[in-house]
Amino acid sequence: MSALQILDWIALVPALPLLGAAITLLAGRRLGNARSARLATTLMFLAFGVSLVMFFAMLSLPASDRSQVSTLFTWMRVDQLSVDIGFLVDPLSITWALLVTGVGSLIHLYAIGYMRNDPLASRFFGFFNLFAASMLILVLANNFLFTFLGWEGVGLCSYLLIAFWHQRPGAAKAGKKAFIYNRVGDVGFLIAMFLMISEYGSVDYGIVNNSVVDGSGVATAIALLLFLGAMGKSAQMPLFPWLADAMEGPTPVSALMHAATMVTAGVFLIARAHPIFEASSSAMTVVMWVGAATALIAGTIAVFQPDLKRVLAYSTISQLGYMFLALGVGAYVAAIFMMLMHAFFKGCLFLGAGSVIHGDAENQDLRIMGGFRKFLPVTAIAMMIGWLSIAGIPPFSGFWAKDGLLEAVFETHNYAPWIIGLLAAIITGIYMTRLIYLTFFGNERFRETPLPVVAGASDDAATDTHAVEAELGYDPDFEPTVAFGELPRAARLDGHDPHESPKIMLFPILVLAVLAAVAGFINLPISGWEFLSEWLAPVFKDVAEPAASSTSETLTLITISVVMAVTGITISYFIYRHGLAKADRDPLTARLGPAATVAGSGYYLDAGVSAAVDKPGRATANFLDQQVDKKIIDGTVNGIGKLFIVAGNGLRHIQDGYIRRYALGITVGVASLLLFILAYAVR
Amino acid sequence: MMAVIQITDTYYLVLAAALFSIGAVGVLVRRNVLVMFMSVELMLNAVNLTFVAFAKTLNDTSGQVIVFFTLVVAAAEVAVGLAIIVAIFRRRRGMTADDMRVLQG
Repeated sequence: MSALQILDWIALVPALPLLGAAITLLAGRRLGNARSARLATTLMFLAFGVSLVMFFAMLSLPASDRSQVSTLFTWMRVDQLSVDIGFLVDPLSITWALLVTGVGSLIHLYAIGYMRNDPLASRFFGFFNLFAASMLILVLANNFLFTFLGWEGVGLCSYLLIAFWHQRPGAAKAGKKAFIYNRVGDVGFLIAMFLMISEYGSVDYGIVNNSVVDGSGVATAIALLLFLGAMGKSAQMPLFPWLADAMEGPTPVSALMHAATMVTAGVFLIARAHPIFEASSSAMTVVMWVGAATALIAGTIAVFQPDLKRVLAYSTISQLGYMFLALGVGAYVAAIFMMLMHAFFKGCLFLGAGSVIHGDAENQDLRIMGGFRKFLPVTAIAMMIGWLSIAGIPPFSGFWAKDGLLEAVFETHNYAPWIIGLLAAIITGIYMTRLIYLTFFGNERFRETPLPVVAGASDDAATDTHAVEAELGYDPDFEPTVAFGELPRAARLDGHDPHESPKIMLFPILVLAVLAAVAGFINLPISGWEFLSEWLAPVFKDVAEPAASSTSETLTLITISVVMAVTGITISYFIYRHGLAKADRDPLTARLGPAATVAGSGYYLDAGVSAAVDKPGRATANFLDQQVDKKIIDGTVNGIGKLFIVAGNGLRHIQDGYIRRYALGITVGVASLLLFILAYAVR
Repeated sequence: MMAVIQITDTYYLVLAAALFSIGAVGVLVRRNVLVMFMSVELMLNAVNLTFVAFAKTLNDTSGQVIVFFTLVVAAAEVAVGLAIIVAIFRRRRGMTADDMRVLQG
């Protein structure tokens, strides 16, 4: 088979996990949990294998041929508009397909261990496969509408998976929140598509990207609306609170969402539709500033979170902000490089966090951890690699990505966002070091006696028997996530030590840790080593990637980046190197006082949205229920009924049963008719 | 000499109207079912008289033909009506129409 014929089989990549989802969701009960899990994971690995074949097939083609469309059939045809179920195979989509299937299958493997004791694991793996399939459709589609199908599928699966343990009110709420926040963004995507159809008569990537007129208002409108969609999916300001709450889901879900799927969809969309954004400098500026602001603000929130997974969630938001910052200055390759490296180190960190949570009786509170490196040595090493990578320490992959990204921002003369990016880099160092030191180093706070229970705080943890729940994998009464401001509860270990996770969980962590350490080589800032740039060049051939003017400038920028990273780590090291003297007293929070409360509470965005949307919404609903529905609508319906009852009651006395009265009625009626005829009709 | 009274159809019609009214009032005011029945017959015959009168005046026999129909129908009606009255009488031991109020609203 020639390379082009092989590429025609691209539909297999999303089809395999879709098949897995169909089987495990329809017949999961009969298959059983273990076999469902194995089936789903096998199909993901197969999809990864197919993606690799596609990758090599594409490599064998000359750069000019590396954009192939494989159409399965026409989806819909309405008047002039025709939409295909078709796949666009080019370096961009292959990159994402490799990432989704590669990291995705590692996370599937990990989930086999993590979800082993869950009674509904077969359903979980069905959703997991569906999630991956939706994401693959999203990235492989050759038109906006088909991408939107995957886009919605990803949104749906995120809802299903975040709320997977829906017995917990917190998880059910978090699922709804994710769904609703995503809908806000989806509206933008939809309207953007309507605009494309009315302006360009097509939603095909090729046609739309070629018909965009530079500097036109339509281009700006479409770009901004698409960016609204991207903001929802990728949790950019101000649509980010859902991602932190999404931590209610099982940890493999968090890893899959943050590393392989979902949140990178926004980055993909902008990269895919970059000609539209290139045509509108104002839209690009918006993207750049939103990205920069998100990077900094989410970072400051992460610093104060007491919850292991929430720190990582806000960290993801912050790193996504970096990616949008790069997209906003037109450094697409830098953004994609960052996205790939982020997938590796964040995947490693999330799976590591899951391992810690698994070994610590489902506890996620950093304040009552400490000294875990003795008990979870493998996880500790892996997470420390992830830590150094995300903080930007050379030669780990995160360094190359973040440095390249900031260099691109600097070279496009956007100095203010560049400085914001550097500040965010310091903050990244602070919160990641805090996370690592509170978890793996310092005093063993999980041994401490429970804190006195404060009125209003939940005290169920103190009396829980840990062994049963640890075996069950989850406990419907236990709310694992800890929001800022909540008091630390007693560790649920009951005198046991935390324990290391099984091999099936450690293997994916280690693979991702190795990638987080060395994957940076795919795009080194040395000519001849810029493999990713060369690979993606056909996609972005019309855009000049910003590059440093001289080697000395590159070196200077690298030095600045490293200094920033080391600064952050050092600050945090001196604050947290001994752990916490008291579990309920974080020295950094104490020192910063009210500023820490504001940042830790997520700048009250959540509370603000609740006040602005939730309360008026409830009031309106109540008004409609109590006043409009009960009084006006019910009143009308019941009123008509009552009218007939009253009329009937009155009229029924006419039928009194006296024959003579009926006869009188007939007589009078006939007589009246006759009189009428005599008086009027006969003239 | 007595003036010869010319009998025109007006006389017949006035007589028929009088008979009809007597019958109608009888139906309305009497409670005895048999009497009411006879009143109905009276009304029918008043109509018959009208028909005959018009048949003679207009020289058209169809009026008389209709009277025969009426007589036949009235005879049938009497048979059915009397049967009903006998049935009710056997059941209720009474014959006033006001007793039959079971279908009131």
